[in-house]
Amino acid sequence: MVELINEMSRWAIPLILLVVPLVAFMKKVLVYETFVKGAEAGFATAIQTIPFLVAMLVAINIFRESGAMQLMIACLSPVFDHIGFPVEVLPHAIMRPLSGGAALGIATDLIEHHGPDSFIGNLVSTMQGSSDTTFYILTLYFGAVGIHKYRYAVANGLCADLTTLAASLFIVHALFK
Amino acid sequence: MASYGGDVLVNYIWLGMLVFSILVAGAQGNIELVTKAAFEGADIAVKISLSLIAIMTFWLGIIKLAEAAGLIKTLARLVQPVTAFLFPSIPKDHPALGAIIMNLSANILGLANAATPMGLIAMREMQKLNRKPDTASEAMCTFLALNTSCLTLIPTTIIGIRLMYDSQDATAIVGTTIFATACGMTVAIIVDRTLRQVYRWRAGQHG
Repeated sequence: MVELINEMSRWAIPLILLVVPLVAFMKKVLVYETFVKGAEAGFATAIQTIPFLVAMLVAINIFRESGAMQLMIACLSPVFDHIGFPVEVLPHAIMRPLSGGAALGIATDLIEHHGPDSFIGNLVSTMQGSSDTTFYILTLYFGAVGIHKYRYAVANGLCADLTTLAASLFIVHALFK
Repeated sequence: MASYGGDVLVNYIWLGMLVFSILVAGAQGNIELVTKAAFEGADIAVKISLSLIAIMTFWLGIIKLAEAAGLIKTLARLVQPVTAFLFPSIPKDHPALGAIIMNLSANILGLANAATPMGLIAMREMQKLNRKPDTASEAMCTFLALNTSCLTLIPTTIIGIRLMYDSQDATAIVGTTIFATACGMTVAIIVDRTLRQVYRWRAGQHG
């Protein structure tokens, strides 16, 4: 199953690059000109995300570097300890929705120190794989179309993140402990 | 204009992060870290946006070709039962559905370089249907709920790291990951449906 999906991943983009222009050509589309015309909007779309990403990543980076994150972890530790959540993994849980790179760094560090097959190793692996960088995605996707009123998207993203966290803890407890 | 708790949540989180962090840094005598972190954050943001230029340009070209070839419409029609349930507000032949499906497929296959551009293309298409261009539409909220709850089937990055540290069973976490993701996604869809109704009701109340 894993091999099959990996193989599909390897072939997916080359296949799209083969099939799409070929079918377009058979439908008498001017393939080169159409591609260029569509691609025109690429620059503007990418550049439009700058103010949104700067706003979000400045705040996240200050939170990370100022010692505020460490203080928050210290305050939350007793609560998480109480529900059977290993305190070592807490920085990852807090960082995951904010910064993909930072979360991966924390996960790598934990895997190195506790071993990949330990309870903590399995838990942080599951948490890393099952969730995404919610704030980055919201900022980027809404930024690309100039939307700044997110309505209920943030609340829903955080709900999903908390659920994934609880589910990771539950299933890793059940299978690996 | 009236605003509600959920609408302005991102403002509170943003301000909260800044104020809390700067006060902590000041109290701990590390105030210079704030300045450095601010410019560093801005630098990372611009680099990410610039790196998007290449893949956005590339995929927008391919998508335009696929659209001209009629492939996007065919794709949208194929997955119609699913998309009609998730995105009732998008007309069934609209290119937005094709882009949404390509984004979700790229996510499932773990193709980060295709998933993000496809997601942004889907947002552009949904924006064409949006009556309030500065406000997230219902379809966009659903789409982001699916995206932030992460659809990856095989978490290749973390499997690679596990192998690097000599894991005896590197793929042991595939099952647990799929379970956790499925839980998150189910909740995301339920919360999305619920909040959509709440917001519709409120909009009715306020005219």
